[in-house]
Amino acid sequence: MLHPITTEHYLVLSAALLLIGTVGILMRRNAVVILMSLELILNAVNLNLVAFGKHHGNADGQIFAIFIITVAVAEAAVGLGILIALFRNKETVLVDEIDLLKW
Amino acid sequence: MLTLVLANNYALLFVGWEGVGLCSYLLIGFYFQKKSAGDAGKKAFIVNRIGDAGFILGMFFLFQVTGSLRFTEVNEALRSARFAPEAGVFGILSLTALLLFIGATGKSAQIPLHVWLPDAMEGPTPVSALIHAATMVTAGVYMCARSNALFALTPETSHIVAAVGAATAIFAASIGLVQNDIKRVLAYSTVSQLGYMFLAVGVGAYWVGVFHLYTHAFFKALLFLGAGSVIHAMSGEQDMRRMGGLKDKIPITFATMFIASLAIAGIPGLAGFFSKDEILWQSWSSPLGGKLLWAVGFCTAAMTAFYMWRLMFMTFYGEGRMDEHTRHHVHESPKSMTVPLMVLAAGSVCAGWIGMPKVFGENGFMQALEHWLAPVFETGKEAAHAAAGHGAAQHDTTMEWVLMGVSVGAALAGIFLARHIYLRMKESERPTGGAMHPVLYNKWYVDELYDFLFVNGFSLGGGTLMARFDQKVVDGGVNGTAWLTRLVSSISIWYDTWIVDGLVNLTAFSVRALSYPVRFLQTGFIQSYALVFLAGVFAIFGYYWWVR
Repeated sequence: MLHPITTEHYLVLSAALLLIGTVGILMRRNAVVILMSLELILNAVNLNLVAFGKHHGNADGQIFAIFIITVAVAEAAVGLGILIALFRNKETVLVDEIDLLKW
Repeated sequence: MLTLVLANNYALLFVGWEGVGLCSYLLIGFYFQKKSAGDAGKKAFIVNRIGDAGFILGMFFLFQVTGSLRFTEVNEALRSARFAPEAGVFGILSLTALLLFIGATGKSAQIPLHVWLPDAMEGPTPVSALIHAATMVTAGVYMCARSNALFALTPETSHIVAAVGAATAIFAASIGLVQNDIKRVLAYSTVSQLGYMFLAVGVGAYWVGVFHLYTHAFFKALLFLGAGSVIHAMSGEQDMRRMGGLKDKIPITFATMFIASLAIAGIPGLAGFFSKDEILWQSWSSPLGGKLLWAVGFCTAAMTAFYMWRLMFMTFYGEGRMDEHTRHHVHESPKSMTVPLMVLAAGSVCAGWIGMPKVFGENGFMQALEHWLAPVFETGKEAAHAAAGHGAAQHDTTMEWVLMGVSVGAALAGIFLARHIYLRMKESERPTGGAMHPVLYNKWYVDELYDFLFVNGFSLGGGTLMARFDQKVVDGGVNGTAWLTRLVSSISIWYDTWIVDGLVNLTAFSVRALSYPVRFLQTGFIQSYALVFLAGVFAIFGYYWWVR
């Protein structure tokens, strides 16, 4: 017998995604993976918004989620562009080797 | 000269005084091509200016004291006897009199301002006769006599006047003894005779001073014009050593000069005798006079007779010592020159008759001059009585006769001594005067002394001193300012470098020092920043969770 999927399930999944994303940002050295982890966090937020939209029975959450997806696309494009420029200069994408903004 | 004599106040007198001074200066420099003539003119001008400075100051004081420069008002003020208590004290009145006398010494060539008159002989001889013997140089005597009230009120100044007059008389006569230039002898004779006049003024015998001025004008003008005639005859020669034997060649000149020389020597009956004898008598008997003044005047009388007759014997007697050409050319002067000589000779004989001593008898003619001048000297007489309180000079008739005889004897002795030495003795036998000769011949070295003291000492020395002052003080001041500016600027530089820049650098340094511990937060690792960001998020959440 199947249990109906409740708001709590969504929240748990969202929390899991947020945790994975955060850990990914803090732990991984590869800038590409960090950007991907960032997408995970954003999607955790989107999931939250959609879940609460369903929970409240209106479309506000979905509208916000679409907004965020749009901005996230732009952000990913800019982030990858910076990354390419960085790679051309430093021949690396490992963030622990990129410390130009030091004291 | 007329302005000077006719002026009724000191200021106008001074205008005439300066006018004749200017004429004198210009005429001394008449032969301006000759350097010596130009120099003599300048000398006369400068020496006279010194005297004039005294005269002007004297006028200022006189105006201060009496409130007027008019003779009558000055005399009135002095007559009021308000100054009588000052008598015997060297007060402002004495100073006034002394300053006026300084003016007179400049004009009338008294010690110490006598140096210009002998040099003034560079001018043409008629100028010497008129200006430097008869008129201008006696202006000082006239002025002092005119100020008789002032001098009578200040006996100490009168003593100075008498002393200076007597000293000048014997001093100039001593120089005249040895000079060889015919005009120089006469020049020193003039200085000496002017000394006599001041002696008379100094002993309070003002009318006698003017009397001698008047008789002296005749015989000295005659002597100068005669000397001019001689020089003319000698083709311009002035040195008596190259004259001689002119007696018969120029008889009119000789005869007139003979009379004048007798007159100046003081031979009785001629003009010079009466005035000179009166001076000697007054200097003996006057309350202001004294035996010493008489003795000096007496010696001077003897010397005067000697040097005048030395001149006569060297010029007119004996052998002619001129060269052939000149000897051939000797001739009597034309009428235009001899007639004035004759007129003056008549004056030299007769001029003294209106001022005879009272012992010769008293009547309107024989003391005409004294009576005529009496109103002018009334004030002085009164003032002298008021101030000194002396009785009238006691008239010792016997003594007067004795002194008269003695001075005539001295005059004759002088003449015969000159005759003996310059006519009888051969040139080699003549006494030279020994060690005194160069001193007298060089005029007691007064010119050299003045050169040393004033020309070199004062002017050049002063110039050197001024240059030193310029170098040391003025330049020193400028350099000192520069040094001070540099000092101030180096202090300013030090202040700029260490204080102003130091403050700026201190600000920078302190900012840098304060930033030091903080900047290590900037690790440059993106993940560190992310971690801090996360920690911040947890902190905000924690705050809202537990605290709120």
